Formats: sequence, C-alpha cells, structure tokens
Amino acid sequence: MMKILKSLMVTAAVAVALMASAAHAENKKIALVVKALGIGFFEAANKGAQEAAKELGDVEIIYTGPTSTTAEGQIEVINSLIAQKVDAIAVSANDTDALVPALKKAMDRGIKVISWDSGVAKEGRLMHLNPSSSPLIGNMIIKLAADNLPEGGDVAVLSASATATNQNTWIAEMKKVQGNYKGINVVATVYGDDLADKSYRETQGLIQSYPNLKAIIAPTSVGIVAAAQAVTDAGKIGQINVTGLGLPSEMAGHVKSGASKSFAIWNPIDLGYSATMIAYDIINGAEAKPGAELKMGRMGTVKLDDNNEGAMADPFVYDASNVEEFAKIF
Amino acid sequence: MTHAQLSPRNIPDRLEGRGARLMKSWEALLIVVATVIFLGNSFASPYFLDPWNLSDATFNFTEKAMIAFAMALVIISGEIDLSVASIIALASTAMGYAVQFGFDTPALVAIGLGVGLVCGAVNGLLITGLGLPSIVVTIGTMSLFRGLSFIVLGDQAFTGYPESFAWFGQGYVWWVFSFEFALFVLLAVAYGVLLHKTNFGRAVYAIGNNQTAALFSGVRVGRVKFMLFLLTGLMAGLASICLTSRLGSTRPSIALGWELEVVTMVVLGGVNILGGSGTIPGVVLAALIMGMVTFGFGLLNVPGIVMSIFIGLLLISVIALPILWQRARRRLAH
Repeated sequence: MMKILKSLMVTAAVAVALMASAAHAENKKIALVVKALGIGFFEAANKGAQEAAKELGDVEIIYTGPTSTTAEGQIEVINSLIAQKVDAIAVSANDTDALVPALKKAMDRGIKVISWDSGVAKEGRLMHLNPSSSPLIGNMIIKLAADNLPEGGDVAVLSASATATNQNTWIAEMKKVQGNYKGINVVATVYGDDLADKSYRETQGLIQSYPNLKAIIAPTSVGIVAAAQAVTDAGKIGQINVTGLGLPSEMAGHVKSGASKSFAIWNPIDLGYSATMIAYDIINGAEAKPGAELKMGRMGTVKLDDNNEGAMADPFVYDASNVEEFAKIF
Repeated sequence: MTHAQLSPRNIPDRLEGRGARLMKSWEALLIVVATVIFLGNSFASPYFLDPWNLSDATFNFTEKAMIAFAMALVIISGEIDLSVASIIALASTAMGYAVQFGFDTPALVAIGLGVGLVCGAVNGLLITGLGLPSIVVTIGTMSLFRGLSFIVLGDQAFTGYPESFAWFGQGYVWWVFSFEFALFVLLAVAYGVLLHKTNFGRAVYAIGNNQTAALFSGVRVGRVKFMLFLLTGLMAGLASICLTSRLGSTRPSIALGWELEVVTMVVLGGVNILGGSGTIPGVVLAALIMGMVTFGFGLLNVPGIVMSIFIGLLLISVIALPILWQRARRRLAH
C-alpha cells in the first residue's frame, strides 16, 4: 500500500509541478500532434515549431502524439487537447478518415484544426499543408541533374513501379518543364519496383546501354540508394551523378563518396515551422478558403487550392554541406 | 513456505471466508487508488473536473471495458482470449463491406454482433471441441481474423457509414452521458449478476479452481467454456460497433494491440491470471483507473510512453501487494 501511495504522491507532485509551469501567461496554445512520438522526422518538425513559437513570442507549442501510430491513440490525444481548450491543433494523421469525428468535435468547440504532412479528409480540417507539390517536385528532380551538367548530356530516370501514381505524376511534371533545361536529354525511364535488387539491376542495365549517361534521376528513396550503389560498384563515380528523392540517413554515405552530388526531400523542420505559422495566422482571424493566402513566416505564403490544400515549398536540397546534420534526424 | 500454501484452494466468494476478505481489501485498495488518481488529476489540471471533459474521457475505456467483462469470466475459468482485438477488426470490416451494398444501421448492428458471435464460436469449438489450449488457439485466430480484414481492405478504408450509425459511438443518452457509457454501466451490472449471482457464475469459478473436480461435480465444463468464448466474441462485436461508429471508418489496423490492454484491465481488476478468482466490481474499478490515468496524463501532455510505464508499475504493484501482504502476515503469525 505504501509503495503505491508513494508512487502516486510522486506522480501527483510531478503533475502539480508541470501544471504550475504551464499555467502562466495568456499564450496561444498550438498543439503539434504527430503520428507517434520518438520518430526523428517528427522530432525535427517539433524543432521547427519551437523556432516558430520563439519568433512569434506569444505561442506555446504542445508537442504530443500517441506511442504507436494508431488512429485510436491520436483520438485520445485529441480529446485531451480539446479538454485543455487549446487554440489550434496541427496534426499529421495516422488515418485520413478515422480522425474526422474527433477533429470535427474540436472545431465545434472553437479549436482551429489544420493537417500537415499526412492529411485528414476535407471535412475534418480547415486546411492541409503538403510539404511540396507535384509540379515543384517534377521541376526539382530535373533541376538537380541539370545543375551539375552545365554542358547538358544524357540522363535516365529510375522510377518505382510503372503503376506508382506518385512517381508517374512527378515524371510527367518533369517532362513538362524539360525544355527549360537546355541540353538535358532524357534517354530512358526504367522501373525498379521499389525493390533494392531490381533497382540495382536496372541501373546496371542503364550504365551498359547508355555509355554517355551523365546522370540518373531516381524519384524514390529505394531506387536512389540502389542506383548510387550500382554506380559505385561499376566504378562510375564522377562520371554518372545519381540524384532524385531520398532520405538523408540512407544517402549520407553516397554523398560523401561522390556517387550523389545532391538530392532532395522535404525538410521536416520547415514543415513544423510552417504548420505552426499557419495555425497562428488562422487563430488570428485569417480565413482558410480556396484561393486564400496564409502566412508562413520565413517560408513566405501558401496559396490554398479548391480542396483547401496548399504546398509549402520546393523540396529541400541536401548535399555535402548539410547531409550529415540531417542524417541524424531522418 | 510451500507452493500449496500460496495457491488458493477454496472457491472464493465475496461473502465468506478468508479469500473473501482478501478480495474485499483488494477492491478497497482499488477504490483508494482510484480516489487518489481522481484527486491528483483534479489538483493537477484545471480542466479535469468538467462534466464534458470527463464525458470525453470515458471513451478511453468504455469499449475496452465491454470486452474486459467477458474476458474476466474467461480468465477466471482458467482460459484466455487474445483474439478480441482482431475480432473487432473483422467485425468492423464486415460492417464496412455491408455499407458498400447499402445496408442500413439495424442490419449493420446485426452483422457486427453476428461476426463477433461466429468468431467466438470458432474459438470455442477449437478450444472445447478439439481440446486445444486457448492461448495457442486465440494467438492463431488473432492473426487469422485480422489477416482476413487485411485481405479485404489492404491499405484502403471503408467509409460512408449512415448518419444514424454514428449514434453508437458519438451519441448521448442524457446530458453528458454517452451511449457507450450507459452501455458500460448496464453491462457492468449484467456481468456482476451473471458472475456473482447465478449458477453459471459459480460454475465459472469452479472450473477455474479445479476443472476436474468441477467436471466430476456435474458442471458441464465444455459447454460453459464454449459459452464464455461465445460471449467474448459477442462483446468484441459490440465493441466493434461502438468503435467503428466513433471513428466513422474502418481500416484493418483498427483496435491494434487492444487485447493486451483488455487483459491488463482484467488483471489490474484483481482477477487471478491463473484463474479461480476475481470480481466484476474490481474490473469496473480498473477500467475507471486506466481511463482516468490516460486522460489525466493526457491533460498534462505527458508522453504516452510514460503512461504505459505508469500503468505497468501500477499493475505490478497491485499484483505484488497481496502476496507481500500475505507473507508479512504469515511472518507475524509465527
């Protein structure tokens, strides 16, 4: 009995202490709800949110989420945020649909709800912030290749599967803007099915079929690593530059070796920062409606489309100067 | 001290015997814990003592508690059912599937309960019919039932439930009292009566204490156990209706990991994991405690992992305490 009472008293004491520190000032409370705690990507987003809070001055960030990536866990978290009467909830959802009833309730009680990264169905939020958009991604991946090829040259695309919606859209967008990059000649598109071994073999095939190949664009995190490895193993570092979309933690080694000069992916710090800024803007009366432009501090503004969705920015470029730092995050 | 001294051989009853006193003090202990947590929460957060907030908080445990009542009976009888969360998933998938064909709320409820019953019957038949150990069977059906929903749904979701269906998980009976909470109270009473006031309940205790003796005393062991698994399946179906209605959608990952939370609730409620003893009031108190801890910590934005640690410590202390208490008393007696 003593043991339990003791532990309970300690808990209560800790709780009271936490309470006391949280109670002062009339700060705007913005809750950053993530898929699960303990994920590097989201910890980085929190870093961005804290940066935004510091910049704004009168904002308190509540960084929270369930222990595992379940919708039920997120609903419990949302219920407790409703009870605390936070001013805004910015959520990266574990489930597009299941959070809708809980978030609707939050909005009924005057809380501004936005989603970011992983969206919520339209009726459950005021707006959704995508990290980027298909046109921006399509442009970025060919720009990355072109930036390292001032004289132009042959480039090939290593995609995921032939039916992958995301990749197909990005490649289509890339081809639309291809004319802006003089001398860049896209010679082939092959499919690695997001399998490491198949992507590796397809890359080997490209290297053999196109002796003048200068760059491989892989807009998939599996493909880009496999392609970089294949280029390394073929001794083509310096001749063929691998670029596209990848994760810093997986690509750090290949950037160091020179197989990849640069690649891109969203920056989670910017994402957390922008979500916070948008939530603040909406708390202060900005209306989230199609065509509206919401303020994102140093990230500029975001324009909402017909679904009240907006794209934050170009994918963020990682190269030798910053990849090590971000490799620790995600 | 020998093993024989430790394991209770008398059939515990709430009204008589030393076992009864122990059980009574256990519930008294849970009441103390619940009160302390309630008071602690009230002091710790200005938002805790708000009728609507408390009402929201009940959703943290009502669905799990429905299953915990039936699970308590199963565990008292010396068995376990680990497939309950997967039954929720399968029942929810079946309801979502039916929605695509335009079935309305009454039909959906029937389907949810029906799938629960069928799943329970499958468990029951494998365990009592073939005499397989329940832990093995239900680990198997845990994968099977959820696997079926994954086959049907993949990474898709069923949505578009009718408006009237939302009432089960989002509706209120009176003022702040939700349908789910009313159901929780009703089921608590029903299971309390079933376990503590009927022959069926006595049979459950008898089986849990000594299955062979119960058999020779004329208890139809197989039949009682089959009924228990059927009941657990039914409760999982009911919980599935409530949860699906609350979420307004179905994904195959629905209620993932709930089986352990339900078992935790039952054990925290003082039910002996080896069978033979335990009470429904204990389980009710455990449900309230777990709900209040989750909500209270949530209000303070304590990370979920700290909550899990706290529940774990609570569980171990509550289980260790009576054993330590017994030892201390024995030492004093000598």
